[in-house]
Amino acid sequence: MIQRFMNGKLYPLFVPLISVVLGLFFGALIMLAGGYHPILAYQSIFESVFLQPYYTGETIRTMIPLVLSGLAVAFAFRTGLFNIGVEGQLLAGWFVSVAAAILCDGWPKILLLPLSILAGAAAGAVWGLIPGFLKARFKVHEVISTIMMNYIALYTTNYLIKHYLYTEGERTPTIPDAASLASATLSHLTQGSRLHWGFIVALLAGLLMWFILWQTTRGYELRAVGFSPDAAGYAGMNVGRNILLSMTFSGMFAGLAGAMEGLGTYQYMMINPAFVGIGFSGIAVALLGMNTSLGVFLAGALFATLQTGGLTMQSEAGVPIELINIVIALIIFLVGSSYIIQLVLNRLAKRGEKR
Amino acid sequence: MSLLDVLDIIIPATLLTAAPLIFTALGGVFSERSGVVNIGLEGLMAVGAFTAAVSTYFLENLGAGAASPWLSLLIAAAAGGLFSLIHAVVSISFRADQTVSGVALNLLAVGVTVFLVKLFFEGAGQTPFIKHRIDKVDIPGLHSIPVIGPMLFSQVAWTSYIAIAIGLMVWAILYKTPFGLRLRSVGEHPAAADTLGINVYKMRYIGVFLSGVFGGIGGAVYLVTIAGNYNAMTISGQGFLALAAMVFGKWHPAGAMGAGLFFGFAQSLSITSQQIPLLDQLPDVILLIAPYVLTLLVLAGFVGRAEAPKADGVPYIKGQR
Repeated sequence: MIQRFMNGKLYPLFVPLISVVLGLFFGALIMLAGGYHPILAYQSIFESVFLQPYYTGETIRTMIPLVLSGLAVAFAFRTGLFNIGVEGQLLAGWFVSVAAAILCDGWPKILLLPLSILAGAAAGAVWGLIPGFLKARFKVHEVISTIMMNYIALYTTNYLIKHYLYTEGERTPTIPDAASLASATLSHLTQGSRLHWGFIVALLAGLLMWFILWQTTRGYELRAVGFSPDAAGYAGMNVGRNILLSMTFSGMFAGLAGAMEGLGTYQYMMINPAFVGIGFSGIAVALLGMNTSLGVFLAGALFATLQTGGLTMQSEAGVPIELINIVIALIIFLVGSSYIIQLVLNRLAKRGEKR
Repeated sequence: MSLLDVLDIIIPATLLTAAPLIFTALGGVFSERSGVVNIGLEGLMAVGAFTAAVSTYFLENLGAGAASPWLSLLIAAAAGGLFSLIHAVVSISFRADQTVSGVALNLLAVGVTVFLVKLFFEGAGQTPFIKHRIDKVDIPGLHSIPVIGPMLFSQVAWTSYIAIAIGLMVWAILYKTPFGLRLRSVGEHPAAADTLGINVYKMRYIGVFLSGVFGGIGGAVYLVTIAGNYNAMTISGQGFLALAAMVFGKWHPAGAMGAGLFFGFAQSLSITSQQIPLLDQLPDVILLIAPYVLTLLVLAGFVGRAEAPKADGVPYIKGQR
């Protein structure tokens, strides 16, 4: 059976699937070692997410920024760039979208909502453009520069909130209704969850990424640079410009993720003592989703399920919610170690052949 | 307030904040000089801080008294070293992308440590505060030297001097011993090192392991001199700041140490600037982001060029050209 899988079209799905199964399995072992009940824990996660509308709504709500930051990481990956600056681009997008909404209070919804979303996207794009420029012009490795940009974004947004948009409760004022993505209907449907219209934005963004990368000449160039910058350059493509463009698009997706939090989930931005972590989860989402739009949605759904259901797991099975982070980290390790998983699979397949 | 008074406040504060950064940045130098990118420093510090909090607490209960924080530094070093082996196995043997592995290491560290805190302390989100810290002391004799005494030898924790001494030691090890030459060679040109009979994998494992040991000590020093207890927020950014210090110091031990001191200076200024005339006018955000902006400028070549080791981040596959 393994053999049939190995040769078939489903082969690329093997590593992510095995990683998820093994990740959950090791998670269960850790729970056993800690004296918890793994089956009860996993059961409580899935029961709450699939049977209780409130948790279903919250899961989709959690998915929105996760998918967008997953798309951000995946888009850059396709051009061979590792954007771990999604976190900072997200904060930039979050802040600017909220600030735009508050500053332009009084505008009609048909103008203010798109403006606020686009402002967030633009802020993220600029925050991604800077490391892109440093890479294209000065060959600065994007991993280091995006980490630096993350902290600059964290401290700068906190400072700006504290000094220019501050209200009680360590946060900005609430955005005007005209800029809000929140929906009474959606919330009512899911028994009071914070589900908002942002899921449409996430869907459109997924389509946009697929369209750019696979249906346009520019996308072909972006991927060519990802496969081999030297070959792409030799073929006459402008490598620097493609790097710049890729980081800008990537930052734009991340900025949208931030805008969804600002305009949808919270309706404001708080002073963050540390990173919110969505950007780092985005790396896991992109890796598990094999850097495709569809994969990012599936991986985003899985992680959103775990994170939302983790709350019920903590209250009902008594397992600390940190277990979810452990499982996600294990899945990243496993997906990253695809070389060894494939090696083991090949050995197993060969043994099958001999028989 | 005279300039001397200002220095008397800033320099001891700098030495205190810099020590964890110096240890961790030195660890980063070991790893990256051997050719393994380590953005998991943050997680290694978290493991070190957690281990120090828990072991100090238990040692105190066993009656180890004032020796407990010192002993727990050693235990944290071992824990950091062990934890870093995950990164080593995944990125050296399993050839995973080193950045991916580092990201996962950070996530795993926070998850595991807080999970264990809740397990050990009946669901509490943080460890109890330790009773014995490594305190700030006046160094006997030296602190009464006029001018430099109060500046350099008063109200400083011993760990700060140890950090500087170890910085010099690491420099000597990397640049004056055969071991250091081998470690650096596998980070520059592993294939050439391999043909000369150096075991590339072994050297890289050692590099990563040492980064874990030093990162663990860095986190532990932060805990026993500054934080006092461990929770999910204890280590938030110090590891990445140490990473920045390593890059700002151009992957060189002395540079990393200098950058650690400099970033410690910026951090302590952002805290103490309220007491200092003129500086209290400056928005604290400038001081907070200064280390990161400066590191970007160094990387871009505006403030002297920083070049990573040639093979940094590239998995070594034997026989591949």
